Order: sequence, then C-alpha cells, then structure tokens
Amino acid sequence: MPRSVVAAAAPKADPSTSPAAAATTPRVLRLPEHTVEIVSDSGEGAQKCAQIFAAVSAKMGNGVWTVELIPAEIQPPPRVPEGASGNRVRVGEKAVTNWGDRTNLVIAFNEQVLLARHRVDALADDAVLLIEDKWARSEDPEIVAAWNAAMKELSTRSYRIVPVAMEDQCLAIVADARKGKNMFALGMLARIYDRDMTKIKDQIAYAFRKKSEEVYAQNVSLLELGYSWAEDNIDFRVEIKTAESDKPLLVMNGNEAIALGAVASGMELCAMYPITPATSVSHLLSEIFERFGGIVHQAEDEIAAAGVAIGSSYAGKVAFTVTSGPGLALKTEFLGLAVMTETPLVLVDVQRGGPSTGLPTKVEQSDLLAALFASTGDAPHVVMAPATIEECFHVMVTARRLAETFRTVVMVLSDANLATGVTPFPQPTLDESWQAAPLDLSPVREGQKPYGWDPETGLSDRIIPGRPGGMFTLTGLSHDDRSKVAYSSGIHQHSSAMRSRKLAVLQSLLTPPEVNGDPEGDLLVVGWGSTKGAIEEAVARARTEGMKVSSTHLRFLSPLEPGLKKIFSGFKKVMTVEINYSDEASDPYVTDENRRRGQLAFLLRAATLVDVDCWTRVPGEPLRPGLIFEAIRGRMPKRGGA
Amino acid sequence: MSYSCGLLPVLNEGENEHQYEMSEYEGAKARWCPGCGDHSVLTSVQRLLSAEQLIPDQTMFVSGIGCSSRFPHYLRTYGFHGLHGRALPVATGIKLHRPELNVFVVMGDGDCTSIGAGHWLHALRYNMDLTVLMLDNGIYGLTKNQTSPTTPQGFKSNTQPQGSFLPPMNPIEIALGVTNASFVAQTAEWAPAHMYATLQAAYKHKGFSFVRILQRCPVFTPLIFQKAVKDPARIQLLVHDEGVVAPELDKIYARKVQHDPLDLAAARAMAEQTEFINLGLFFKDPSRPRYEDTRRVPPKTPAERVQLLEKEFARYAV
Repeated sequence: MPRSVVAAAAPKADPSTSPAAAATTPRVLRLPEHTVEIVSDSGEGAQKCAQIFAAVSAKMGNGVWTVELIPAEIQPPPRVPEGASGNRVRVGEKAVTNWGDRTNLVIAFNEQVLLARHRVDALADDAVLLIEDKWARSEDPEIVAAWNAAMKELSTRSYRIVPVAMEDQCLAIVADARKGKNMFALGMLARIYDRDMTKIKDQIAYAFRKKSEEVYAQNVSLLELGYSWAEDNIDFRVEIKTAESDKPLLVMNGNEAIALGAVASGMELCAMYPITPATSVSHLLSEIFERFGGIVHQAEDEIAAAGVAIGSSYAGKVAFTVTSGPGLALKTEFLGLAVMTETPLVLVDVQRGGPSTGLPTKVEQSDLLAALFASTGDAPHVVMAPATIEECFHVMVTARRLAETFRTVVMVLSDANLATGVTPFPQPTLDESWQAAPLDLSPVREGQKPYGWDPETGLSDRIIPGRPGGMFTLTGLSHDDRSKVAYSSGIHQHSSAMRSRKLAVLQSLLTPPEVNGDPEGDLLVVGWGSTKGAIEEAVARARTEGMKVSSTHLRFLSPLEPGLKKIFSGFKKVMTVEINYSDEASDPYVTDENRRRGQLAFLLRAATLVDVDCWTRVPGEPLRPGLIFEAIRGRMPKRGGA
Repeated sequence: MSYSCGLLPVLNEGENEHQYEMSEYEGAKARWCPGCGDHSVLTSVQRLLSAEQLIPDQTMFVSGIGCSSRFPHYLRTYGFHGLHGRALPVATGIKLHRPELNVFVVMGDGDCTSIGAGHWLHALRYNMDLTVLMLDNGIYGLTKNQTSPTTPQGFKSNTQPQGSFLPPMNPIEIALGVTNASFVAQTAEWAPAHMYATLQAAYKHKGFSFVRILQRCPVFTPLIFQKAVKDPARIQLLVHDEGVVAPELDKIYARKVQHDPLDLAAARAMAEQTEFINLGLFFKDPSRPRYEDTRRVPPKTPAERVQLLEKEFARYAV
C-alpha cells in the first residue's frame, strides 16, 4: 500500500482533528486494489454492511475476496477486543484470489474491536481508521479511559485516525442508532469507493426482502446520510478500475458452492450433524434441497450422519455427509465400513483448527493425515481438496462420480477460509450428465457377483437392493467376491489388493499438476487446498524480484497426482506451504530425523523420496501472501560467493 | 403405502403367481451354537416372510455386530451386516432413500442398549416403518461373556466376576418413555408361538416396531430365565384384540391380563412390574407421525434439476 493514501498521518483521538469539512475536491487515489474492514461488536450489522459492499463491488466488475471475522461466542460482551466481528473485503481491479496482507481502511464501531485488529497486525501501517467516537464523550469515565488508552496504543503506528460521530448522525433518522449505523457506514464506503448507489439499493432491498417497505426506506435514508457525510468530510477517494465481466458470474462462499455443487451432482441426501464451520452447507440445502428432490437429514450425532449416508448410498444414489474435524474423528469407523463394503460415499470435511475443539471458527489444514489414515486397517479411499471457491462447486460433481465409479469413499477437504470467503467466479455451465443415473433395478446378470472385481483394476458393479436375483449380505467382515465371510489369508490378501488397486487406476487417469512459473528453478512451492491464491500471489511477487521460484497446487491427495517426482527434479529445493503445525528445523531438540513436518510434506517425502521441506503456520487466519513471500525469500539459496 | 421414488411399476413387475416357501428364504447355514435362541427367532422370521409372501429381493435385513447380527447371512434376502451399534442409522438411510423396501433390523442387547443406545432412542422417535428385533440374552456372547446393560444384577461375568453391580436396564420401560414411540412389544424365544404372533403384529404395524425378544445364551446365560421357562405361571400375557393374538398359548399360559395397547400409562406401569415377566404388546399407536412420510419429496428429473439450479444461480448472480 503506497504511503500516499494518507495525506497526513494524524494519530490523534481528539474529534477536533476531524478531516476538514467541505472537502470539495477530495484527493483521488488510483490504486490496483484496496482492503477494507468493517468491525463491530457481534450483532451490530457490520457483516451485512460489508457483504453488500462486496456484492456491489463484484457486480461493478471488481475482483473481490471477502472474509468473515467471527468471534468464537454468539454474544460476547460488548466493547471487548475478543468480540470483534465483521468482514474484511479486498477489492481489486483484477481477480482477487485471497484475503491479502493488511487492511488499508477500517470502519470500527468501537475502539476495542479496532484494537483487536491492531493487535493481530491486521492493519497496514498507514491504514485509515474511521471510528465511532461517541465513546470519547461517554459519561462513564471507564469508557473514556478505555478510549484514551486505546488511542495511545494505536498511536504507536502511523495510522490515520478519523473519528466519526456515526450514532449521532444516525439519530436524525432512527431512534436506536446502534441498529442503523451499519447502513451509514455503507454510505461512507459508497462515497469513498464510488460505488453504484442503484446497485447498493437493490442489494439492500434483497437483504431486507423479508422486512417491510418501511425498513427498506429507513435503511436507504441511512445509506444516503452516510454518503453525504463522507462527501462533506472525507478528503480522499479511492478509485479502483472496474471491468464488467462478459461472462456471467456468481458470487458466493465455499460452503454455498459445496451445497450447490451437491445439487448439480444429482445427490439426493445430505446427512449431517451441526458443527462449525461446516454447518452452513446444510443451512442452504435445508432451504432449497427439497425443490430438487433431495433432503437434509439432521442426524442425532456425527456417527449416525455417516451411517444414514452410507445406508442411503448402499440402497441407491450416492449420498453425502458434511462435517468438520471433530466430526471426522467420530465418523472414521463408518468410513472403514464404506471402504470395506465398497459402498460409495462423499464426505466433506470443512477443516478448522484442531486438535480437539481447537479453533472452531478459524482456518487450518490439519486434517489431511487424519483424512487419509484415520480409519483402522487398510482403508484406501480418495481424498480431494478444492483450491478455490469455484472448485468447491465442481469438486462435488467429481466426488460423486468418483465415489460411484470406484465404489469408495471420496473425502473432500475444504476449510474455514473457503467456507467463509466470498468471491465471484464464472457461472458453471450445467450438464445433466453430471447427475447420478436413475436407479437400475433390473434383474442382476447371470453370475453377477456383489464384488465382481476386475482382476486388473479392482473395479466392479454394485448391486442395490430391489434387484431381482441379486440378494446378498453386505458385510464389514473380510469377504470374498460373493460377499461371503472369509477368514482365509488368501482372500483377505486378494480383496485388500482389489480395494487398493482402484487408487492406482484412478491415478493413471489423472494428469500431472500444472507448474505455475518455469519448470526449473531454485525453489518449488507446493500447496493444497485454500492457500492457492495466497501462494501464487507470493510466488508472482518473488519472481518479479528475480527469484527463481515456481509453485504447484495439488487437488488430489489420495491418490496423489502423477508426475510429482519429475516435476520436483526441476528444482533445487521443494517446500510445501500449509496451514498446519510443523517444527522449525532450528527448534530445540528438533533434528532432521525427529522433525515433525507439514502434513503434505510428510506425504510427499514418503511418496517421492525427495527431501521436501515445509513452511507452515497455524495463526488461526488464512496465510498472508506477504508472509509466504518472506518464507520464500528465506529459503532461496545464497547467491555468489559473498 | 406410497412411494417416493416412482419405482412402484418397476418393483411390481416381478410380483407374480410365485408362492415363496419358507425354504426360499434360507441363506447360509446358521452357525450359532446349538440351543441358541437365535435359531428359533430365525425360524419365526422365515415363517413370517413366507406367510406375508415378502419378495426376497425387496426385503432387507440390517444388523450390527454380535451373535445375533449374523442374522442377515442366514436369510436369502438383501442384508447389511455393518458396525457394532450402528444398524439403526444404516436402516434409517436405506428407508429414507427407498421407503418401498421392507426393512427389518436385528440387534443384540449390547448393540441396541449399550454402544448404540443413542441411535435407539432417536430411531424410536423417528418412528420409521422398520421392524426392529432386539435379541436380548443379557450378555455379550461373541466376545465371550461380558456384562451387558441387561445382565441380571449379581450375574458373574468375565468383566464383573464379583457379580453385576447394578440392576439391569429395562429396555421396555425406556422404549415406552421415548416421545413418538409407536410400537413396543416383548416376547420370548422359548415361546415360539408367541414370538411368531408378536413378529407378525410388529411387521404389520406401520412405524417403528420395537420387539424385545428374551433369550438365553446356551453357553453364558443358560439359566437366566430358568424359573419362567420351568414355570409358566411366572409369565403374564398381555392380551387384546389389537395386541398379540396367539390362541394356541391359552393352554400353556393361564395368567393373562387384558391390556389396551393404546393405554400408555398402563403400559408403563406394566413395564415396571417385576413379579411376572410380561409378554405381549405394551403399546401401539398407528397414528404417530413417521419420519419418512414427513420427508417425502417429489422426485425431479435431471433436466428439471438443471432448470431449477439455473434459477437458483440468479440469487448469486453478479
């Protein structure tokens, strides 16, 4: 962020230092991108304000990435840093693939939630902070003291603090200004970023479609008030070029994309148990699925959710279950059953921080090894990870088809970053063939067996109940091709091979991952899941600074995509970047032998015998491209003999 | 019955003049211990399938893990022999997707009242049209003699060699306590005529028909019902026109009580009685809502889905 955003750093809390009134000719800052946050106490509407701002920006043709800032509690006490709730919106002239580094402009409804963002280093050094200043004038001396302390703390950076009497302004229109100021804030943003007011009003109408006309009108008045206040009082504007897309775009978060992808895949049953951050998949489906002939079954627990999905899949069309880490842990016995009985199942894990309850609302990529290995015995199955919100949609179609074709479990690893991030993507061109075929209830073929394994591929057709002549008992016990319980070593060896072979067959159908950048160089960064945008942004920056670095991103974790060893051989060093824990090589007691590495690094080392390094962090937030860039720089070979 | 999948014509295609004999429902040779009550349950079930002429390929037995859960292997229907304690979620999934199938569930006491107890309570409340047999021999047999929730107090096992510490769980009392339970009955393996009549009533009830079958394990609990087996006076039959009707029992069991299966309070009082073993139908209410009926949705063709989804996209359009 160029320093020029700030006319003059004035980190003062005194309202008298408000920007000059009647800023008739505000300075226009033409920038390729800008990041905005709206933060408040929980329940003050900051999210609605940000969501409308983001949606309108997308509609106007900006790249947008929105992330929710969510406190862990539903109603944390007011005016505490840990209650900070809201959104960050990164707006750019080109597509925005991640949440970026630090925020350039903040609207805060109190100084405590602002402190929270300051303390996690979320704000650029020259950020503009528009802050509700009624607290400075409070009759409660504790609040005034807290305000003053906060201003002192904030003054350690060169932020530009702009006090705004938001509530006082809003009182002209509403009796309870606490409930109206989010629209006032939206008005300020509309002015600063020159947003299309007609589009904003349309969004407001949609957001309040279940409320009265009066509510809409009041919100529009507040919006206009905020706009004109900013017109009179804010001495700068930000101009980010817009380019309306010629292709139709959709804007949604990753969980909505998963839900709609499930619909597009023709699945008809989602069995789930409430868990953060996965649940919103089922919220959307609960609203719309029945119109598509599907249902959401809220089971009594995570285990039952898996069992219901497996029972339903066994009886016909592939079903799915959606959960997060602790739920995955509970489902693992059923996963093994589905693998053993070759019953197709799609299992979505929207990862959060762990272990145990961990960080329920925060992103992490720590379930990879659990996803691969948590079931007992040898339970080969497919694990995929969408890298973008768009891929969250398409992965469901692929997952259903793979589950059916390969008669196995397909796990989809999303995460809280994708689940809560919102960004536009091209509207999928739907295809009927994505959907499951109608149930085949014809009599079974002469001699057809429940597991008629092809000896080469391990593939077989399954028999569903209702097919005349096909009666058999499916069992989680080791069994032969007729599903007869068999304890002999030969049969167990053979059936294990047949189940395993399917993954090799699947891998043979995959293409090697693309390399972003030159196929040779000093460093290859390997990522998986939601980090793609941030990694590629960091790599692009490193390349412009002359570093010989490329990246590649894996969508399949089991089986791994083919050709990795060959790709790795083009680079002096290979390093994964992941949001999970790893020891630093320099940590006390840590040696090259006992160092616990990132989960993908662990996998890649085993699969390729390449000495794959890793840089991983568990900050409870998406990785910032700037930090990845620093990590890349730190791993570059030392040049010259200096 | 109504059908959610539009499959009725397909399914009925196979329905012809063929009369299914009992032997046509026989699967693999049962490998339970000689004298095990499971054999007698299997025979009653085969008799029921034949009497009701259930089409084998449209009939499903779902079980968990334990001696009793081998049940599906010994039938020539579709079977799902899954995980310990988890038969009910699987059956729920099957019935939700394929309500036209006849679905039976077979569990043991450990399966149903211990590791799967959570599912049991909820399945009672879902009240899906499942015929559910809990084969209760008061012991873990397959794993060799461990105390189960229904093991009589003081009974010595490998895990409680001093004798079972607590009074046993009363599954009938529990089932009757669950909101929306619609059919709760108890029968005994040593009274085959009663068992058959109970299974028949359970099958005919449209809803979750929970039948507890009292059994002896010939190896570990051969004597737990010894007194009642030897002395029919220790058995009390619950009789009613709407209940379990088995006139051939009149000669054996003199002790009878008229019990209206709609009378839940009386049923609960009866379930708590300890002086006799009550056999018969404690409770039946066919009017209770069935989950699968509340969840029935009209099917959509792929083309309709595509059309609807395009419409849904409008909500997210930029």
